[in-house]
Amino acid sequence: MPIQRRQFIAAVGGGALASIAGCSGSDGSSSGGGSAGVAGETLTLTTTTSTYDTGLLDEIHGDFEEMYGVTVDAVAQGTGAALESARNGDSDVVMVHARGLEDEFMRNGYGINRRDLMFNDFVIVGPEDDPAGIQGMSSATDALTTIAEAEAAFVSRGDNSGTHTKELNLWDAAGTEPSGDWYQETGTGMGEALNIANQQGAYTLSDRGTYISQRSEIDLTILVQGPIEGGPEILANPYGIMAVNPGVHDNANYDLAMAYIGWITSPGAQDAISSYQMNGEQLFFPEAVSEDPNFQQYVPEGWSSDSSSE
Amino acid sequence: MPVESAVPLVPAVVDLPFREGYVRSIIFVSLYVSVTAVALSTLFSLPVAMIMGFADFRGKQFVKSIINTGMGFPSVVVGLLVLFTVSNQGPMGALELIFTREAMIMSQFVLATPPITAITLAAITGVNENVRDAAHVLGGTRLDVALVVIKEARYGIATAILAGFGRAISEVGSVLIVGGNIVSSGGISKTRTLTTAIQLEARQGQYDTAMVLGTVLVALVLTVNAIVVRLGDEGAMR
Repeated sequence: MPIQRRQFIAAVGGGALASIAGCSGSDGSSSGGGSAGVAGETLTLTTTTSTYDTGLLDEIHGDFEEMYGVTVDAVAQGTGAALESARNGDSDVVMVHARGLEDEFMRNGYGINRRDLMFNDFVIVGPEDDPAGIQGMSSATDALTTIAEAEAAFVSRGDNSGTHTKELNLWDAAGTEPSGDWYQETGTGMGEALNIANQQGAYTLSDRGTYISQRSEIDLTILVQGPIEGGPEILANPYGIMAVNPGVHDNANYDLAMAYIGWITSPGAQDAISSYQMNGEQLFFPEAVSEDPNFQQYVPEGWSSDSSSE
Repeated sequence: MPVESAVPLVPAVVDLPFREGYVRSIIFVSLYVSVTAVALSTLFSLPVAMIMGFADFRGKQFVKSIINTGMGFPSVVVGLLVLFTVSNQGPMGALELIFTREAMIMSQFVLATPPITAITLAAITGVNENVRDAAHVLGGTRLDVALVVIKEARYGIATAILAGFGRAISEVGSVLIVGGNIVSSGGISKTRTLTTAIQLEARQGQYDTAMVLGTVLVALVLTVNAIVVRLGDEGAMR
């Protein structure tokens, strides 16, 4: 019994210490001793699987952590879940890729100070023998319609991620309602979806970054290119970043979130993003630094001061 | 070299693309979370099982059926419940426990407690009435009788703890939801466990590395089992 008692004391003590530490961590923001006012704090970033699984964030975050003396907790969840976590006040900053969902998030007051961060593109991949015959089509919507008419197997993420949102938008634009045995919703991350499509000889929509990082493991090939390789603009995949509104969630670490947004949209970090490569290819193209900023990046798309009179 | 030493139990069948200390840190987080959760569960379960085993009260069968139901409770559901509790919007939101090891310990505590309680209760109930009576007759207080029964039931209790540990360390659903699977950019785990690391590798189609991590997990569970059985044997010899 004495062993268990000691364990108990250790465990309870540990738990108590941890919770005290948690409290003082949030109180201590004003008394941070480092040169930067945010030193020692932790930034919670909820983001998509594509930014995390490609290794980009691990690669670049070291600089930020060193510069500010902070820790970044990156939680890879998929766009829908990342925004939901932020909506619940469980993260400080979100990096996602579904402009429609981002706009809704901003309009509902949860997100502020949005910036365009970087982009890559989506590609439609499928088996080399291409049963539906979409190879080289210049229209993504035509390609999807062709797949649907051929009832060729198609794997959908089905997880409310940015890629899934894009896929649904494409079906919508194609005027086709995908249904039937050939259309499979997997509810998995991009890597798993690619593997499932690979094993079933199915088509799927993938972001280019995840596809490149997995290309050596699978037999799927790009059949419809995105805009980076001259494909249709509709397959563009822009990533945005937003701070959680401290007016809605007063526990959000707004200072640090803005420091992070400032850093990742700075020329230095944008260079680091553009020089990040996998299998010899660039995965993300920075777009935050511009001589001629696009003002629509700061507000929900289509918003203008005349259109919303409060 | 550093990567090899991180996985001493596994023959290097594949090149692990991990940084130094990564595998060690996820093993540490797995053990820290599961051992703490199981220790807390045991401290909670033992008295509950003792009361259930010794006392008769109204609703006892009801409590029993709750415990038995709890044994089959899906870990994902537990994860969601803990998420709602510790999320900023939840009742414990002010503690800021979301995406921490403490939140993971909470969910594993909920998962491990039912099997530990149920198996301990079965072990205690199985101790021969004569042993209890003898302890009584020899002038033992209630506490003495309880200690005698625990001693007699120690193998069953050890099995209970191992069952709870097995459930805690092997589950992936709840720790992924409440822990967030976080690794610092230096490659050291904060809330990533072996199971969530395996899930991440599988998500990326890296089945080789997932398998290696799976082997580490199995080896870890075997080691813990061996240690507990050994402790039980030594206890018996005393």
